[in-house]
Amino acid sequence: MSAEQAQRPIRCLVAKVGLDGHDRGAHVIARAFRDAGFEVVYSGLHRSPDEVVQAAVQEDVDVLGISILSGAHNTLVPKILEGLDGYGALSDTLVIVGGIVPDKDKQGLKDQGVSAIFGPGASMEETIAFVRENAPER
Amino acid sequence: MTDDDLLARLLDGDHRALARAITTIENRAPGHRDLVSGLYDHTGNAEVIGITGSPGAGKSTLVDKVAKTYRDQGLTVGIIGIDPSSPFTGGAVLGDRIRMASNIGDMDVFFRSMSARGSLGGVSIATADAVKALDAFGKDRIIVETVGAGQNEVDIIKTADTVTVLLQPGSGDDVQMLKAGILEIADVFVVNKADLDGANRTVQELSEMIGLRGSAGNESTARHADHHSGEEAVALQRADSDAEAEDESGWTPPIIETVATRGEGVEEFVEALADHRAHLESTGEIEAKRRTRYAEEIRTLLREDTADLLAEEIDARGGIDDLAAAVAAGETDPYEIADDLLDPIAEYARRTRDTDTAEPHPE
Repeated sequence: MSAEQAQRPIRCLVAKVGLDGHDRGAHVIARAFRDAGFEVVYSGLHRSPDEVVQAAVQEDVDVLGISILSGAHNTLVPKILEGLDGYGALSDTLVIVGGIVPDKDKQGLKDQGVSAIFGPGASMEETIAFVRENAPER
Repeated sequence: MTDDDLLARLLDGDHRALARAITTIENRAPGHRDLVSGLYDHTGNAEVIGITGSPGAGKSTLVDKVAKTYRDQGLTVGIIGIDPSSPFTGGAVLGDRIRMASNIGDMDVFFRSMSARGSLGGVSIATADAVKALDAFGKDRIIVETVGAGQNEVDIIKTADTVTVLLQPGSGDDVQMLKAGILEIADVFVVNKADLDGANRTVQELSEMIGLRGSAGNESTARHADHHSGEEAVALQRADSDAEAEDESGWTPPIIETVATRGEGVEEFVEALADHRAHLESTGEIEAKRRTRYAEEIRTLLREDTADLLAEEIDARGGIDDLAAAVAAGETDPYEIADDLLDPIAEYARRTRDTDTAEPHPE
């Protein structure tokens, strides 16, 4: 890790949105990000898109990781993206999605502004490396 | 966005600019000094409340309920939650937001998580500056919440006008109450989880401790009285006889019992905060507090700057690893190295100061 990074840690919001109540994955990623030297804000379960947007804006995070297993990604994720855009925050926030997203839905989410989708089997190293490389310069 | 722009937008009530300003401050990024300088003119209107206590005592839950109470009174709220960072990786999980359920979707409660970032002193000045950003933005009440685990937190919490120490029942025997540090800084005590066994005992031990502190404080009140005019001295003496437990300014820290999860005792707590504020204003202590805080800010800033200057000097001499290796090899010792590094700087400062005073001023 460079001295620069040590001075300015990458800030992430790990968000659970909607009704799905499984947050073990979110806990694991929060812990892995922490061990990678990131500052991780964890949202807790059952957040609405508005809440996630509010948290992302107030915390001024570089990275927003949305964990979603319920299948409602096509409804909830676009609402978050729109909300971020409303605050002018979409352009310099790296949005990634983790969880269960069928292949046929992936391109649609990416077209709307999601940078990467990590499904089951994605390695932690891969995810962390992606964040390091793509976290926006500010 | 340029710094002027950022300041203008923050003052204009743009939440994203506020968020970005706090980031700039937290990172000590280029331009943060000008930014903070620009904030100063617009500060001084917010009431700043500090809350500290051990992990799991219920600070975040209480803060959430207090914020809700203020919102119901039509006030806007800024909250800074500070969590520890890993001493190994520098990473942190900032989890206080989870408890902010009462203020969902309400941008007028601006909650910001900060990591302690492991650096002594640094976090306290970043926090103090972040408080200024929230103040200048126009928040009526600002709450700083931090885990009270050590001396560092005691420093952070000094950025507040009113300091609350939160305890839960069973947090140690009466020897804990004798220890220095965190319990001494409280203006208000809260015993949370007051529905649990042992709450009465905790309250009782606290009140005994406050009583003891008060009688020690009274001696200094009496000493103070000698220096005051007759009228004030009489007032102070009267205060002496009125209450045993007052500190030298005449304030007795109240003990509030709460069950934060159910919102019980929150109104009483908010009233106690208002009482302390009124006390600070009526005694003029608020001004003294501000001066102390500015003095502390100047000192911290200077420590920060000299640390940077010294880091530069260490680099110029081959880096800290080389110096440490030299000590390990028995060639020198840390004291000698510190003297070597500091002497030229001290010498230069002394010479400049002497020249300044020796030369007559133009006017």
